[in-house]
Amino acid sequence: MSDTLTEASATVPATEPIRLGIPAMALVVLVGVSGSGKSTFARDHFGPFEVISSDYCRGLVSGDENDQAATADAFDVLHYIAGKRLAAGRLTVVDATNTQPEARRKLVELARAHDVLPVAVVLDVPEKVCVRRNAQRPDRDFGAHVVRRQRDQLRRSLRGLAREGFRRVHVLHDEREISAAVVVRERLLSDFRHLTGPFDVIGDVHGCRAELEELLEALGYQISRDSSGRPVDAAHPERTAVFLGDLVDRGPDSPGVLRLVMGMVAAGHAQAVPGNHENKLVKALSGRSVQRTHGLAETLDQLAGESDEFRAEVLAFCRDLVSHRILDGGRLVVAHAGLKEAYQGRASGRVRSFALYGETTGETDEFGLPVRYPWADDYRGPAMVLYGHTPTPEPVWVNNTMCLDTGCVFGGKLTALRYPEKHVVSVPAHRVWYEPAKPFPRPGEDSGRREPDLLDIDDVLGRRGVETGLLGRVTVREEQAAGALEVMSRFALDPHWLLYLPPTMAPCATSAQPDLLEHPAEAFDAYRADGVARVICEQKHMGSRAVALICRDEQVAVRRFGVAEDAGGVVYTRTGRPFFGPETTAALVDRLRATATAAGLWDRLDTGWLLLDCELLPWSAKAEELLRHQYAAVGAAARSALPAAVEALTAARGSGLDVDALLTRTRARAVNAEAFTEAYRRYCWPTDGLDGVRIAPFQLLASEGATYQDRDHGWHLDVADRLAEAAPDLIETTRRLAVDTTDPDSVAAGIAWWRELTEAGGEGMVVKPWDNLVRAGRVPAQPGVKVRGREYLRIIYGPDYTEPANLDRLRERRSLNRKRSLALREYALGLEALSRVAAGEPLWRVHEPVFAVLALESEPVDPRL
Amino acid sequence: MRRLPARRWPASARIFPSITRARLGHTVAVLLTITSTAPVATDLGFLLHKHPGRVQEFDLAAGRAHVFYPEADERRCTAALLLEVDPIALVRGRRAGAPDAFSLAQYVNDRPYAASSMLAVALGRVFRTALAGRCDARPDLPGRPLPLAIHVPALACRGGAALAERLFAPLGWSVRATAVALDPAIPAWGESRYLDLRLSGEVRLADALNHLYVLLPVLDDAKHYWVGIDEVEKLVRAGQGWLGTHPERRLIAERYLAHRRGLVTTAVGRLAEVDDTEPEVLDNAVPDDEPAEPAGIPPTADTLVATGTLATADTLVAGGTQATAAGTADEASEAVADRQPGLAVQRRNAVLAALRAAGAGRVVDLGCGGGALTGDLLDEPSVTQVLGVDVSHRALEVAARRLRLDRLPEKRRDRVTLIQSSLTYRDTRIAGFDAAVLMEVIEHLDPPRLPALERCVFGYARPGTVVVTTPNAEYNVRYPGLPAGTLRHRDHRFEWTREQFRQWAAGVASRYGYAVRHEPVGPDDPEVGSPTQLAVFTDASDSKAVADMTGGTAETNEASAKTNEASGTTADDEAKGEAA
Repeated sequence: MSDTLTEASATVPATEPIRLGIPAMALVVLVGVSGSGKSTFARDHFGPFEVISSDYCRGLVSGDENDQAATADAFDVLHYIAGKRLAAGRLTVVDATNTQPEARRKLVELARAHDVLPVAVVLDVPEKVCVRRNAQRPDRDFGAHVVRRQRDQLRRSLRGLAREGFRRVHVLHDEREISAAVVVRERLLSDFRHLTGPFDVIGDVHGCRAELEELLEALGYQISRDSSGRPVDAAHPERTAVFLGDLVDRGPDSPGVLRLVMGMVAAGHAQAVPGNHENKLVKALSGRSVQRTHGLAETLDQLAGESDEFRAEVLAFCRDLVSHRILDGGRLVVAHAGLKEAYQGRASGRVRSFALYGETTGETDEFGLPVRYPWADDYRGPAMVLYGHTPTPEPVWVNNTMCLDTGCVFGGKLTALRYPEKHVVSVPAHRVWYEPAKPFPRPGEDSGRREPDLLDIDDVLGRRGVETGLLGRVTVREEQAAGALEVMSRFALDPHWLLYLPPTMAPCATSAQPDLLEHPAEAFDAYRADGVARVICEQKHMGSRAVALICRDEQVAVRRFGVAEDAGGVVYTRTGRPFFGPETTAALVDRLRATATAAGLWDRLDTGWLLLDCELLPWSAKAEELLRHQYAAVGAAARSALPAAVEALTAARGSGLDVDALLTRTRARAVNAEAFTEAYRRYCWPTDGLDGVRIAPFQLLASEGATYQDRDHGWHLDVADRLAEAAPDLIETTRRLAVDTTDPDSVAAGIAWWRELTEAGGEGMVVKPWDNLVRAGRVPAQPGVKVRGREYLRIIYGPDYTEPANLDRLRERRSLNRKRSLALREYALGLEALSRVAAGEPLWRVHEPVFAVLALESEPVDPRL
Repeated sequence: MRRLPARRWPASARIFPSITRARLGHTVAVLLTITSTAPVATDLGFLLHKHPGRVQEFDLAAGRAHVFYPEADERRCTAALLLEVDPIALVRGRRAGAPDAFSLAQYVNDRPYAASSMLAVALGRVFRTALAGRCDARPDLPGRPLPLAIHVPALACRGGAALAERLFAPLGWSVRATAVALDPAIPAWGESRYLDLRLSGEVRLADALNHLYVLLPVLDDAKHYWVGIDEVEKLVRAGQGWLGTHPERRLIAERYLAHRRGLVTTAVGRLAEVDDTEPEVLDNAVPDDEPAEPAGIPPTADTLVATGTLATADTLVAGGTQATAAGTADEASEAVADRQPGLAVQRRNAVLAALRAAGAGRVVDLGCGGGALTGDLLDEPSVTQVLGVDVSHRALEVAARRLRLDRLPEKRRDRVTLIQSSLTYRDTRIAGFDAAVLMEVIEHLDPPRLPALERCVFGYARPGTVVVTTPNAEYNVRYPGLPAGTLRHRDHRFEWTREQFRQWAAGVASRYGYAVRHEPVGPDDPEVGSPTQLAVFTDASDSKAVADMTGGTAETNEASAKTNEASGTTADDEAKGEAA
């Protein structure tokens, strides 16, 4: 951005507007003595919240706008507020006299700290006007000498404002000019949000003209040539090319590359940002002394054969390139060396420096090259960032950023990324044009596995809102996150594996039937009320919820999930913990993989991995400790205590005491305790390694690029059936019944089915909308509702819950609203995680909703529901 | 520092919520019978102040107690105390202000059946006069030992029949205790924690009742109620005349007063239950016996003695010679000798010495747990800043209380900060320290998570010095109580041999540009080494520090050692910037 000094000249008639250009993101510093009309000017040209007045800040801290003793505190406040606004990228106007250089210096520093442009607007109004205005205001009791002193300071400052760092200085000399002034907000030079592409973003070319031509042709561009056959333009009917800089140096034909790219840019067929090599070329061509190293010598030699005119064009082209560009509504950022979020759309020396050179750690590696700070590892911005600068054998996504410099000049390849499609297109280098300082891996050579993404504590800790497609913002409270952090860190699997955690499920509404808490009629009624006619009843397996991530082979696990090579999948619990140790898990994953292969799922779904929602049986495989310490213990104590109590009471009755009621109750409890023991025993059978373990898949959650919440449950169970057919000794099928909630006969059949299931000792059933994800008005319908059997609930509510008086009390207190709300929020978070996985989003974006599910699970909700 | 929200503490009322009207639904179960075969056996009725010909009821907080006599004649008289516990009313459904008390264990538990602290409470209420040894109608009776038989068919007992024998036999009881099978249909599960207990002996009735009153909750040793200062007084009163000379008095006092986490109120505990796991299995970052109650309430029997609160009962614990931490047999297997104070102190001293040698002023204690090392660091004059970091919120609360953060002098308070963070997540707050300590931390991580820890600590936070300690698995054979092949702590994910630790350390040093040396901590056994192994990593780019490293072997990574002349790149710093 060029510095300008607008001196509104006296020859301009006052009636003609005086245009004051102000960058859309700037710190505007008004300069003028007391009484020069700054506040009026600010009010006329800027929004009420854009202007921060020192008088107002004085009032805030002291209660008196003119309390000079409060000045220091007032400016602290002013700088603080201005800093917050600038950090958010908001234009800010400082309404203070600012006649002293020290006051202005602090504001220039503030602007630089936030990488926005400082702009000065000087109101140079005659002294006597100011004195007169002050005299008219009863609250301004200072004398003319104050104004005179300020005006002296102002006059001395005027010439030096640009040198102080103001990138624009506008001076308005009198009231006429002030009233004629019009503020014109100007788009930043980096702001191309209105261009939406589609784009083909091309990495470092380094004079490799032939490869560039081939790449452009591969991308479908039509190359135009001049009379000498040299390419001077390339055009695509729909697309625009974007060059990431470092067009020149090292390679065989830097002038040829420049001629082509300059032609494309001039014709509007391409855009470009500068690389560090262009920056240095500008210096060389401007006659400044630079070292002719790193391939610059070759470029200068090649340019020596060109005309003066061409060299001048090259100089102008390279000099005017702007550090970075924001494209497509802010969704895409291009810069040669990348750009961290805080610098995007900003303008300052360090922004340009970052965009051209990146950030270094201050260390050099074994080849004497600077060690680059891996800014992309920290990147959490919403915009995709495409960049070059650091040669890499294969382009990889890191937190929604990608480096497209694939070392063409070092014998690698020249690469473009098609945006928004995210397709990588490359052409190989013809040869090694330039020997690199450190060995560049040959194509096909093992380049070493990239280190997997690292999560940041700020991705999860503290109060957070997670945006979901289904329910909007879901809030996670700070203490929930704190609890989840411990479980996630100490007990859960590597987050790279945890693509999903299952949501909790609400039970049906409380039944009014005399001897039951849950009954299918409630579930059918609720779905009918939600407008869901067709539902599916699925047998509730007597195991533990399990999520299985199975990769087709270990390489998929490494490539897709960035995990160690020795595992091709995981099977984990609802809090992300592995069910088994490494060996048993590996054996289980192997068997599930073979099953998926036998069922033909890899090809049918065109995927290298599957994420399955399952139940793992028996319950005792996971919960044996709990069964022993909690459930069996109750049975043991009851078995020992109750017969003795019955015996004592019988003896007492024999001696004529009236203990009949007590005795009857005690006998009933003994029966209940026996039923309780029977109930939990159904969940226990011995397992040894995988022997005795069964898996009941009931839903396919995701595969590469796809989620399945829109497939009906018939489809999901069909997938499950294929797996069961392929491995009947491992995979358990899920019994099911479709019910039409609007048809009384069908509903009766559903109820009878449930009775049959539960009377045979089954846990119960889950009722789901047949069509899977359906909405009930504004919110989604419950994705499933459980209807548990009478005997199963004995383990939940205690042996004696079936006593009528106890049931009455339990009904009274059973409140489902929180559970239902929690189930929906967790469901929305789960689907959000899956959709982020399918979209190939970075780990931290997937981890955010997954972690949120775990955090919400710590919400205190009646655990019996 | 992130402010730690004040923890809400369960009041005792929460565990025994008052039942307004226990109309119905009582679960009959907890049973205790006392039989006298004295010449005039029915005198038992006078002593108990309960008429043998009547059935009496008492409403209690936990339910309703019934007293009746299954048999009552001159030769043999049996009184039965039957406690109907109401498990549904035991937990109030939803209470304003205490929504986080939800825990599945509250709903399904053995309290309705097993003799435990609740029965003791009932005993105290129903037989209050008899406990005090008063009998106004027959003042001659209370002083007289009687031939008594006591039957408790389901006695919750942590420690098994042997412990019941140890506790009751010295009091003159002949003890017959049979373990109850957990589930006869699943023999592999073995015995439950319940005993069918029968006591017989010539004992004064008041003494017998007091024995039960104190020892039932001691044997149970489960999460029971909040222990406040009044419990101390109760113990002193009920223990008069027998507890002071009891050989197990220390264990009795500790268990009786041991304050328990009342209910699962933590998020971690709830997450455990969500996954059908007992809360203690996950919420184990600090042991339960760490003081975890608000300052002001003495935490342990030791403190009580120290502060003189137990002055009237000083004989109670005066002769106690047992180790403090793990008093009982079944605890011993979990907390092995490794956790004896001696080694823990030696380990902390070794860490402090390494930090002193490195001249570290700003130190981050990663995985600070209950804050023992954090406190030591604060006592080091050369340490100017201590940051204690733990992933467990509860551990940080314990640490904050141990360090008495809320009443430290300002100068000292300013030197210490506690934050919650995780070593598998990158955190800028732990960066920029002179030294980091990972004392007995890495073995609590699953091996696949170690690379993330390495990147966060060595790659990202990059302190000048990193001190790591971890158990030496080879030394485990020197612990007689530790079965071969088992780990020293339930939460350990691995324990390394010296060679394994060296390999890991060398790999980390080479990947992240550190030099490393090793030291033994504790007695250095010629065959198996020391119980604890310690490694000191020094940032290799700090060549002076590397040169200063003395003792042990310094394995410097050459590639990263020569990184000194590197400097930041700016727009003008073209030569370096263009190197790509």
